Amino acid sequence: MAESTLQPPVALTTADGQPLKTSLARVERRARIRAFALVVPLLIFLCITFLFPIGQMLFRSIHDPLVVDLLPNTIAALKDWDGTDIPGEPVFAALAEDMKKGREDRSIGKVATRLNFEQSGVRSVITRTARRVAKLEEGPYKEAFLDANKAWGEVETWATIKRLGNRFNTVQYLASVDRRFDTEGNVVMQPEDRQIYVPIFGRTLWMSLLVTACCLLLGFPISYMLATQPLRISNLLMIMVLLPFWTSLLVRTTSWIVILQSEGVLNDILVWTGIVGEDGRVQLIYNQTGTVIAMTQILLPFMVLPLYSVMKTISPSYMRAAQSLGAPRFQAFWKVYAPNTLPGVGAGSLLVFILAIGYYITPALVGGRTGQMISNFIAHHMQSSLNWGLAAALGGILLIGVLLLYWLYNKLVGVERLSLG
Amino acid sequence: MKNLLKSTTVARAAVAAFGIVSAQAADPLTVVSWGGAYTKSQVEAYHKPYTEMTGVEIVSADYNGGLAEVKAQVEAGNVTWDLVDVELSDAVRGCDEGLLEPIDKSILPDAPDGTPAADDFLPGTLTDCAVSTIVWSTVYAYDATKFPGDKPATMADFFDTEGFPGKRGMRKTPKANLEFALIADGVPADEVYDVLATPEGIDRAFAKLDSIKDDVVWWEAGAQPPQMLADGEVVMTTAYNGRLFNAQTVENKPFVIVWDGQVWDLDLWVIPQGAPNKEEALKFIAFSTDTQRLADQAAWISYGPTRKSSVPLISTHAESGVEMMPHMPTAPDNFKNALQNDFEFWADYQDELNERFNAWLAQ
Repeated sequence: MAESTLQPPVALTTADGQPLKTSLARVERRARIRAFALVVPLLIFLCITFLFPIGQMLFRSIHDPLVVDLLPNTIAALKDWDGTDIPGEPVFAALAEDMKKGREDRSIGKVATRLNFEQSGVRSVITRTARRVAKLEEGPYKEAFLDANKAWGEVETWATIKRLGNRFNTVQYLASVDRRFDTEGNVVMQPEDRQIYVPIFGRTLWMSLLVTACCLLLGFPISYMLATQPLRISNLLMIMVLLPFWTSLLVRTTSWIVILQSEGVLNDILVWTGIVGEDGRVQLIYNQTGTVIAMTQILLPFMVLPLYSVMKTISPSYMRAAQSLGAPRFQAFWKVYAPNTLPGVGAGSLLVFILAIGYYITPALVGGRTGQMISNFIAHHMQSSLNWGLAAALGGILLIGVLLLYWLYNKLVGVERLSLG
Repeated sequence: MKNLLKSTTVARAAVAAFGIVSAQAADPLTVVSWGGAYTKSQVEAYHKPYTEMTGVEIVSADYNGGLAEVKAQVEAGNVTWDLVDVELSDAVRGCDEGLLEPIDKSILPDAPDGTPAADDFLPGTLTDCAVSTIVWSTVYAYDATKFPGDKPATMADFFDTEGFPGKRGMRKTPKANLEFALIADGVPADEVYDVLATPEGIDRAFAKLDSIKDDVVWWEAGAQPPQMLADGEVVMTTAYNGRLFNAQTVENKPFVIVWDGQVWDLDLWVIPQGAPNKEEALKFIAFSTDTQRLADQAAWISYGPTRKSSVPLISTHAESGVEMMPHMPTAPDNFKNALQNDFEFWADYQDELNERFNAWLAQ
């Protein structure tokens, strides 16, 4: 026995003579590959439906090739233009050449629309001038342009064209924070009556915070009851939480219109009980109040469910122990119970806030004038103005904002403490 | 062997080609329009007779206006719509941007008396890429039961919240509202766009809108304003005249239309660039915009036909038997102080004015 312990250790092998270590590694690798193969469909799905569209959106917000591609000669000729006075004949001739080509392949309208986003009124200047220039056989073009429209005698028009002479630019991001380039290329604020997106971002943030706070305020007691009441009652409560959760978003929003409108159920009750007069009906919908009420109701389950699942794991003996050690009921709750619910509070709040900040359909239906959020403006630029670059830039800023908040949350609370159950 | 191979290939190609041809003949035509009573009028007047005549099935889809879907389909190279009903400004803009197919106007049939189509259509209702079907109008209407004494009669009354107290409904867009504001402020209809083209004119229009801002409930979809008026949410509202007509006659609502200061516009057929059944769509356009078909549509909704020769053929409402002519935006009594929506102006200034309008709303 003692002899054998003195012998040098022999590498362990499997039955077929392979070293155990290699064999084990191979088995583990196979298991890893199998596990990976199982998640591959999900990965592909995520890439197609999530990463690719977001990447494309971010790309579109800075990629702006229209003017470069369709006015190549003009952009080249404007390269050495210093921007102090209107350019000379060569630039006009280059633009005339681009315009003739643009009219032939019906692309001049695209350039006109793109430039019109930057400077109102340029669209018709370009399409009309192009119509006239197409008839000109040869120069001098400068007089012809100036004769066609006085906008060609303004430095701003040329500065606008030159500004879009880069395939990649930040014009749309500037526009989405209410700023623009002036003729000298400095970043300045938009005129006051066109400053719109910064206040709307502010309002979106404020309303999302308000909705999150309301959800927490309403959701905490409900979850507490759900977690602590006997099964018979908590089951009933759970159904009451889940029933609206399973109901269509549109149905719930529309029913809020029925309840809250000035001739609606709530106002009728108020008038009937004499709390307000017939003339004093309260405006509860088509404004910020309506949006916050409807969104709170719709997002409440997203607060209740994580809170409940965390509260369910807190042993009731903690509270009893605190109380038996002499803590009053409230102190026991505040010092012992509440801190234990923090992961749930964090998860619920983050979930509700992130859903709220990009909310679209409810503000669109009940938001009226003061309850609109940034997503409604993104939709406007997608659907009506067709300024997809600006829509992408607004979306990009929203995305960056959410990522920043997530990072902040991670710093303050720690993502590992986030618990959905 | 080689020959055999060849002949089977040929046979296969023939089968494939035949298959494609027969599939194309059976391909339904996708026609996209605004939904509700308006689409119904098109189905009754155009789609059903066309299917009966040619056997081509027509799939009717709804959308909410604008070029977003058309642009998305054309840019992705996957066009599924054959024919779209659009507003004039979108027809012009879409054509400029190469999103729509140019339409050769020689396909349009002449009027029954031999007048060429180009002269039969109202001036300005045929564009490079579009053929118009109807004249529609944005007007305002009030609930008669809410005003037992004096009744609103002019555009100025809409902005007079002291004389006619109560909430107003307006569409959430600067288009038409700025024109209404200037007309109410005393600008004659034919000078409205000259005034609006100046910064002072825009300030003036916004100042007028500002005077009723707190009393306005904003709507977006065409079906909303008659509903708001019926619910008592507002006492008067701007709306599309066809929707109001429907509420008046079919639903017997006590609404009264004020035609003073109406802003009228066109609806037109366009074909998205690269539409799958372009030839069939062209045939459908020629069929649906002939004199009789346009007059037939007017029996279902109170929008005026854009062919002069269709006007004498307008008869009664198909469901209620009401005489249609007095309800048309183009009826002489209604047309006294009317303004055509200037697509050129809006194509130029809509981006700036939308921004300013939204900023004004948010204040």
